[in-house]
Amino acid sequence: MSEKQKKLCIIVSKGTLDSAYPPLILASTAASMGWEAHLFFTFYGLDIVNKKKYRSLKVAPIANPAMPMPVPNIIGMLPGMTAMATAMMKKMMADKKVPSIPELIEVCREVGVKFYGCQMTIDVMGIKEEDLMVDACIGAAGFLEIAGDADVTLFI
Amino acid sequence: MKADEVLDTSGMVCPMPVLKTRKAAESLEPGKVLKVIATDRGAKSDIPAWAKNSGFELLGVEEEGGKYVFYIRKPGGKE
Repeated sequence: MSEKQKKLCIIVSKGTLDSAYPPLILASTAASMGWEAHLFFTFYGLDIVNKKKYRSLKVAPIANPAMPMPVPNIIGMLPGMTAMATAMMKKMMADKKVPSIPELIEVCREVGVKFYGCQMTIDVMGIKEEDLMVDACIGAAGFLEIAGDADVTLFI
Repeated sequence: MKADEVLDTSGMVCPMPVLKTRKAAESLEPGKVLKVIATDRGAKSDIPAWAKNSGFELLGVEEEGGKYVFYIRKPGGKE
């Protein structure tokens, strides 16, 4: 082990299926390397740790030119297209044996990644704290206190 | 190269090979050698990086038939 334990802090601001992967993968890997890992979920990012939503995160086919099968926006706006794009993405990930979001969350908890909810978002959006899988709900100063001496900080 | 324990992560992709390695390494006795087999191409850099960060010694890396094989030794032990 090195002298000082390294520390990773990530602000997670988006709640789409594709945006949920990088923070969860980085944090679980960091913790498995003996680092401290902290995830601060804010705005739509809170969906990732919302018990009622984390199993049904979606991929947006609209304004997303990077889809494996590009969908014209006028088609992407049709009813059912988001569900279709999401199902395709989930199948692609499962075929390649990429862990699902619920599996990654479980792994994160197992290796000691800390989850925080943004208090302001929770209040503004009227989210119930009991629906969130977080260690604490904190504000900007609380996050900065944790991130102040971090070795890696990211905004996703 | 001789190994005391073997972990096969064939078919798994990032971040699972590293997470499984950590789990296997945890229960390994100090000084013992763990052999990790992986097919994930990211593992080529990930397992050595994990070892370096976790104080494990990377004894060797082999590539055979699309598989990567790593030998890592847990710090401590008598020798």
